[in-house]
This record gives sequence, C-alpha cells and structure tokens, in this order.
Amino acid sequence: MLYLAIVFAFVFAPIITSMIFSFNSDRFPTVPLGEFTTHWYETAFSRPEVWEAMQNSLIVALTAATLSTALGFATAYTDYRYNFRFKSAYIALALLPPTIPLVIMGLAMLAWLARLGISGTLTGIIIAHTVMAAPFAMAICRLRLSQMDPALEAAAWNLGASQWRAMRSVVVPFCLPAIVSAFCLTAAVSFDEFVVAWFVSGLNKTVPVVILEILQGNVDPQINAIGTFVFLTSMTLVVVAQLLITRRRKA
Amino acid sequence: MRIDGYRYTWRLPLIVWQALFFIGPLMLMVAMSFWLVRNYRMTPDFVFDNWDRMMSRSFFWDAYEVTLVRACVAAVLATLIAFPASYALAFKVSDTVRRWAIFLLVVPFFTSYLVRIYAWQVLLAESGPINAVLGFGGIGPFSMLNSGFGTMVGYMTLVLPLVIILQTTSLAGIDRNLIEAAWNLGASPVRTLFRVIIPAAKVGLIIGAVFAFILSFGDFVSPFYLGGSKPPTLSILIIDTTKSGQQWPLAAVVAIMMIVTLFVVAVAAVGAAYGRRRS
Repeated sequence: MLYLAIVFAFVFAPIITSMIFSFNSDRFPTVPLGEFTTHWYETAFSRPEVWEAMQNSLIVALTAATLSTALGFATAYTDYRYNFRFKSAYIALALLPPTIPLVIMGLAMLAWLARLGISGTLTGIIIAHTVMAAPFAMAICRLRLSQMDPALEAAAWNLGASQWRAMRSVVVPFCLPAIVSAFCLTAAVSFDEFVVAWFVSGLNKTVPVVILEILQGNVDPQINAIGTFVFLTSMTLVVVAQLLITRRRKA
Repeated sequence: MRIDGYRYTWRLPLIVWQALFFIGPLMLMVAMSFWLVRNYRMTPDFVFDNWDRMMSRSFFWDAYEVTLVRACVAAVLATLIAFPASYALAFKVSDTVRRWAIFLLVVPFFTSYLVRIYAWQVLLAESGPINAVLGFGGIGPFSMLNSGFGTMVGYMTLVLPLVIILQTTSLAGIDRNLIEAAWNLGASPVRTLFRVIIPAAKVGLIIGAVFAFILSFGDFVSPFYLGGSKPPTLSILIIDTTKSGQQWPLAAVVAIMMIVTLFVVAVAAVGAAYGRRRS
C-alpha cells in the first residue's frame, strides 16, 4: 500500500507541481513558496500568439477528431461485419500508426506534406493528427460494436430496411455513446500532440508547440499556466468520454 | 455481379487514407534516404551516399548505443518498479479501488508530457524543491539534471502509467483458483509468485516492457530537457539533422535504423511472449 502510494506520487508529482507553481509568485520556484498570484495566467493570456495557437489547436482538434472518428467507425464496422481476404493485414494497417515513434512520423509527414505543398498549413497538422488518432477511435467503436447483438441488424433487414436504413436507425444509435467518446478522446489526443505538429506546423503553431518553444527559452512559469489550462481542457474531454463509457456499461 | 456499394463505403476509406497519409509518407522517407543532396537541394536518385555517411560516423553509433542501452534500462526498470504496484492493484484492493486507480493512471496520458517534463526540470533543479527538502535533512544538493538519472526520471514519467495498466490487467485476469491451488499444494508465496503468477501473466509483462522500450527509444523530450542531450539520442539526432536545412535524407537513414531496431525487438518479444507456451 505504501509502495502503491509512492508510485502514484511519482506519477502525479509533475502534474501537481505544475499546477501549484502556476499560482506561485517566484520566477524561480523554490521552497517555501512565494505568494499566490494569477500573474502567469495574465501574462500568458495577454500574448496574441497564445490566443492564435489556441484557435489553431481548436480548429485542428475538432477537425481531426471528426475525421478520425468517422474513419475509426467505418473501420470498426468493417471489422465487425465482414470477413475478407487480407483482413488481418487490413486491421494491422489500421492499428499500426501509434507504434511508429513520433519523431519519425514527424519527419515522414514533413517530407510528404512538403511534396504535396501543404506543410506549414493547418491542413497538414489535421492530416497528421487524423492518422495518429484514428486507431483510438477505431478501438473504442469496435468495443461498443462487440456488445451489439448481430441479430439486431439482421432483424432490421428482415423488416424491410435497406442496409443504409438499418445503419442509420439501428447501428449508429447503438454506437452513439462510443462515437461521442471517441470524438472526445481523439480531440484530446490531437490537442496534446506536439512532436508531429512541431515538425509540420511552420508558422501555424498549436498550443503544445508554443509550450515547446517557450520551453526552449528559459525557466518560465507561463508554461505552468498554459499547461494547467491545457490539462483542464483535455481532462474535461476525457471525463466526458469516460462518463459516456460507464453509462453505456450500465445501460 | 453488382458491386456492393455499402460494403465498400465502410471498407475503403481506411485503405485510401492510410495509403495516402501513412504508407505514403513512410515509403517516401525510405526512398529519400537514397536521394542526393547537393548545394542544399535534394534530387531524387538511388545512391548510398547518405547511408555511407551516416554509418561511417562514430557519433551515429555512439547515439545508437546510448539510445539502445537507455531504452533497455528503462524497460527493465519500468517492469520492476511497476510490478509490485500492479500486484497490489490486482490482488490486494477491491474492484472499485482498482477501477479508480486505472482511471487515475489514464489521466497522465492527457496531460501535456512537455509540461510534466518541465515540472521535473523545476523539481530536480539544483536549487529546486527536492534539493531544498534534502538540504533540511543535511544532504545534498545533488545535481540531478543533465544526466542519465534525469533522463530515466523522464522515461518513467512517460511509461510507468501504461506499464502498470498493462501489468494490472494481465495479473487481474489470472484464474484465482490457480493461485489458491498452488498455496493448497504447499507452495510458498515466493514460489507461487515465480512458478504460477509470473508465468501466467507473462504476456502482459512482456508487452508492458516492450511498450516501455518503444516509447523510451523514440522519445526526445526527456533526453533533451532532463538529460542535457549529451550524448544525443537517435531522436535528437533526427531533429538536429532535419531542422538544419535540407539534410532530410540523413535523418531518414537514422529513422529507418530506428524502425528496423524496433521491429526486431517487437518480433523477438512476441516470440518470447507466445513462443514457448507450447512446450
């Protein structure tokens, strides 16, 4: 038990530290703490580039989440419903991206998007994030589909519904909680991702890329302020996703 | 036969998307490693210049060794640190506590890794809180940053939650009857642990270690911000080479070497995890 507490303390120490120091008046954090201040939030949020990055992050996260959820759902449904040759290769193709180190994804994406003429644009970041987040969406949708009785869809067909109709009025409603939670999780993944975004972003930076660039400068408590803000945003998304998953378990 | 439009509406998007934006980029990277760079311009070609240049440099092999050794150490360390915690979560606590613990362990995935590393930079600094506390106890100050120790702290921050989740899931899946049978047959707790529990959870333990290896092998943040990037790791090498003008082909060589290494490790691990089951 004590051991468990120590391990958890280690895992959470940096998260809690950054929250505490985001309200601490001393520039160079020491013990004992200085006074309580919201100064770092004020400076961070008075910078136009932070706002711009916020906007970029939001656009990228929402678009990438939409695309990767759609892609993930289609793939999960294919895996659930059909059997075909090379299916295991198909599934491997779908799940492979997270195993490639981020730095390598960044390099490959940069080179490829530069060839297509869209490196340095938000479109480029959206594409990269969709590739990286889609496997998570697929996993979540697949889990939900495996709880669905195959007879349900068949029953709709027997009652004269077309495949499309059955999809619209049976499969999608059944999977809706999973689809929403996949959307939230992939948005959170994209909102947090900085390595690939850093490689391909150019001047259109997202929030984590701005953090990275501040970090390359000096000790700066603004990072704690922005980081705490990003943390709260992501956590809201994750908690919403988690609530949807647990609610569907009870249902 | 009529083409079933419905079926392909669901199946094709992934194939098209991954071909365009996943396989495409990786293939281009492989091709690029054979291109020629002259006067800071890349021209498509098929020459081994980049490979020769990279493979003959000692700094490349130094970086390779550092990265490989550190990732191995991280994998072993993470497995050892995580195991007692996972064991406690799997066998010593109630289901509710375990669910909460796992939820808590998911939280770090969604906090910026960069911010966490920055927090360690602050915590471990020579004048930072940890040294201050140690100072009250009359020890230190230690310089913990810009060292292998710092890098390891960073790696553990990155991989521990995942390793504990994987280990706990696989330990909790063991049939309790198996363990009780071992006890009833008079096996000591230690013997039960090594002869029953660990073999039964082998797959989860190995997969956890492999993920720890993969993540630390590819990470650049910890070795850069906590390890002082001296000596550089392979990922730092890629970044330096990419960001310094048109040296992408050289970076591609390093990247391919990394992928090959990861592939070999993954195959070996899967072999170890599932291979000797049959005997």
